[in-house]
Amino acid sequence: MNILQKSRAKSPWILHYDAGACNGCDIEILACLTPVYDIERFGMVNVGNPKHADVLLVTGTCNKRSARVLKNLYDQMPDPKVVVAVGACALSGGIFHECYNVLQGVDGTVPVDVYVPGCAARPEAIMEGVMMALEKMNQR
Amino acid sequence: MEIINIFFVVVIAPVIGGLLFGLDRKLTARLQKRMGPPILQPFYDLIKLFGKGRIAANQFQLISVSVYIACTILSLILLATGQDLLVLLFVLALGHIMLILGGFSVRSPYSQIGSQREILQLMAYEPLLVFMVIGTYLKTGSFLVSNLMTGSYKPLLISLPAFLLTQIIVMAIKLHKSPFDISASHHAHQELVKGIYTEFSGAQLALIEMAHWYELILLMGFIALLWQTNLIIGGLIAFACFLAVILLDNISARLTWKWMIRFAWTFGVGISVANLTAIYILR
Repeated sequence: MNILQKSRAKSPWILHYDAGACNGCDIEILACLTPVYDIERFGMVNVGNPKHADVLLVTGTCNKRSARVLKNLYDQMPDPKVVVAVGACALSGGIFHECYNVLQGVDGTVPVDVYVPGCAARPEAIMEGVMMALEKMNQR
Repeated sequence: MEIINIFFVVVIAPVIGGLLFGLDRKLTARLQKRMGPPILQPFYDLIKLFGKGRIAANQFQLISVSVYIACTILSLILLATGQDLLVLLFVLALGHIMLILGGFSVRSPYSQIGSQREILQLMAYEPLLVFMVIGTYLKTGSFLVSNLMTGSYKPLLISLPAFLLTQIIVMAIKLHKSPFDISASHHAHQELVKGIYTEFSGAQLALIEMAHWYELILLMGFIALLWQTNLIIGGLIAFACFLAVILLDNISARLTWKWMIRFAWTFGVGISVANLTAIYILR
C-alpha cells in the first residue's frame, strides 16, 4: 500500500444524502459522530459538500425526483469516489418496494460499492460498510 | 544565514503547522470526550486531496489559490529574514484578497456569501495587526524586524501587553475559530456548506490547507516577536496563545458578523489605542 492509498484509507470525507428515508438510518449515521462511536478517530468527516467528499452515503427510498439530485451529487464528486447504500430502502426500496413512485434501490441511479442492510442499519454496520468501501476504492 | 532561514520557513514551517493543526483536532476531540483523529491526520488529508481528480469551476480559481499560498510563504520569509513589517502586512493582505476573489469567481451562492463574510473578517483583524506594527515602531523607531531583533530593547510584551490579547483575537479570526467562524469553519458543516471554500476541491483545497499551516506559523511568529529577546520563550507564549484559541473555539458558539466587527473595532482597537497612548505618556 503506497502513501497515497494509505492517506485515502485514513481520510474518508463523507457526504450523506437522504433520498427519501424515514430518518431512521439518518439518525444512525449522525449517531456515528457522537462520542460513543466517534468516526473522527478514523479520520472521517461529515462534509456536506460533494466537491470535498470521497464517500457518498445514501439512505432511503430513491424516487424519480431524488434520483436526479443523487445523480447530480455523484457527478460533482471528484474521483476516486465510492458509494455506500445504507438501509433496506436504499438497497431495494424496502417496505416501499411496490410503491408506484419508488425506484427499487439506488443502484439503478448510481453505481453502489457496498450495501449495508438493516432497518435501520446499526452505526457499527455503517462504519464497517465505509471501511469496506475504502478497501474497494484502493483495490481499483 | 538567510538561506537557512528561508529553507526553514519553506520546508519545516508547514510540517510544524500541520502537526499543530493535528494537535488542534485531537485536543478538540478530547474536550468533547471523543478519541479524536491521529496527530498526523492533516497530512493524510493533504496527501489525499493532492491525489483527487481535478474539478475546477474556472481557471481563475487555480491562479487565486496559487497567489494566496505564494503570498503567505513570502510574508513568512519576510518575517524570518527580518524585513519590513508593513510590507509583510501588505503581502499578507494581497494573498488573502486573491483568495476572496477566487471565492467570488464562481457562481455558487454559498461561495459568494462566504467571500463577503471573509472580507468582513479581513476588515476585523487588519486594524489590529496594523496597530501592533505601530506599537513596534513607537518602541524601536523602525519597521524592520531585524532592527527589533538586533537592538537592545526590553521584551516588547512588557510595554505592549495589550497586543498579546489582540493577537489572540487576530489568530482566532484568521483561523476561523469560534466565535469568529462566520465565513467558513474547520468543523461540521454549517448553513453556508463550507463558505468560501465550497467550490475549491482536490489539489486547490490542499494548497489552501497548506497556506493555513504557513499562516498559523506566521501568526505565532508575530506573537513570538513580543518576546524578541528570547525566541524560545516567545515560541512558548505563542503556543500558549494557540491553546487559548483552541479552548475559545470549544467553549463558544458562532456569533454574527456584526458582533465580530463591533468587538474587534471597539474592544480590540480600544485596548490597542490605550496601550499606544500609555507609551506616549510614559515616554
